[in-house]
Amino acid sequence: MQANESLDKPMRTTVPKKDISSLLWGLAFGIAFGFLLQKGGATKYDVIVGQLLLTDFTVLKIMLSAVLVGMIGIYAMKTLGWVKLAPKPGSAGKNVIGGLVFGVGFAVLGYCPGTIAGAIGNGALDALVGGLAGILVGSGLFAALYPRLKQGILMKGSFGDLTFPRLFEVNDWVIVIPVAALILLLLYWLERAGL
Amino acid sequence: MELLTQVRWSPYAVGIGIGILSWLSFLISRKPLACSTSFAKTSGMIERLFSRKKVDLKPYYRKIGLAVDWQWMLVSGIIIGSLISALLSDDFRWQWVPLSWEAAFGGNPLLRVVVALVGGGCIGFGARWADGCTSGHGISGALQLAVSSWISAICFFIGGILTAHIVFTFIG
Repeated sequence: MQANESLDKPMRTTVPKKDISSLLWGLAFGIAFGFLLQKGGATKYDVIVGQLLLTDFTVLKIMLSAVLVGMIGIYAMKTLGWVKLAPKPGSAGKNVIGGLVFGVGFAVLGYCPGTIAGAIGNGALDALVGGLAGILVGSGLFAALYPRLKQGILMKGSFGDLTFPRLFEVNDWVIVIPVAALILLLLYWLERAGL
Repeated sequence: MELLTQVRWSPYAVGIGIGILSWLSFLISRKPLACSTSFAKTSGMIERLFSRKKVDLKPYYRKIGLAVDWQWMLVSGIIIGSLISALLSDDFRWQWVPLSWEAAFGGNPLLRVVVALVGGGCIGFGARWADGCTSGHGISGALQLAVSSWISAICFFIGGILTAHIVFTFIG
């Protein structure tokens, strides 16, 4: 994930041998991830669009419970010094505009980059022939425009790799516990409302 | 074994599973679960087949690198994992047009593919612009309490909910 934009170094396009085990772990995590997404129904257009039409809350339930469990575990491991966080740097120009464009695509395509891989595994040909090609073209278009965007709009309102505990300058758990409680409350409310 | 052949699991069981998976990927691979950069790499790799020099000079591809990496294998693994799950539960179907699409817009595969292409274009462009997708920002970034990820995830859903309602209410 290191930024390497200097032109004197050669472009890395081959895989060093020592990375093979890392690649196999990636594959194993992917198989587990894809298995779970399919079992949850998140590899289906109907389920994803149902979420965006607010008629089927499966996707939100999966995401919120993953964030709840993941957050508590990752912050516990961070407190123990086992892992380091890797929050992405952001800006208003980057995350708001990019997020909204992504959202439009999310609704029009009915899959996102992770679930489209799952949808392809599930046999969705609209995902394989239309959606995948579209994502590749859209990514390529961004790569072509990147030099003109990176110092301008993408840096507008930049706040760096901030996390909420650092933003409020408090102990991690002062944020983790209330966020966990809010997620539980929201899930409880969704169930009570029969959604 | 019965568990593996079930068509659907509770979304909470799935979410808890993904949450635990995120612990393991942080612990073992030191990486968050994320997907969308791999699509940009693939796009660059394909373009590189036709114009190697031009692609090698593009700053974005120099930034992300064009090698098959951990995340690229993760995305490939998702295809395999989903296929295994679908086959075990007899839920695998070749399908051009999803059911709810057909109910609203008819069963023409060409229309569906063209719209999926356009939607995919927005996804690819928007994910690169926002520097992440529903997994990288929506799950991995959100669980790290990253400000960039919460803003992105909320905007994914604002854009998605508005667009879905417009498309299905006014066009469908």
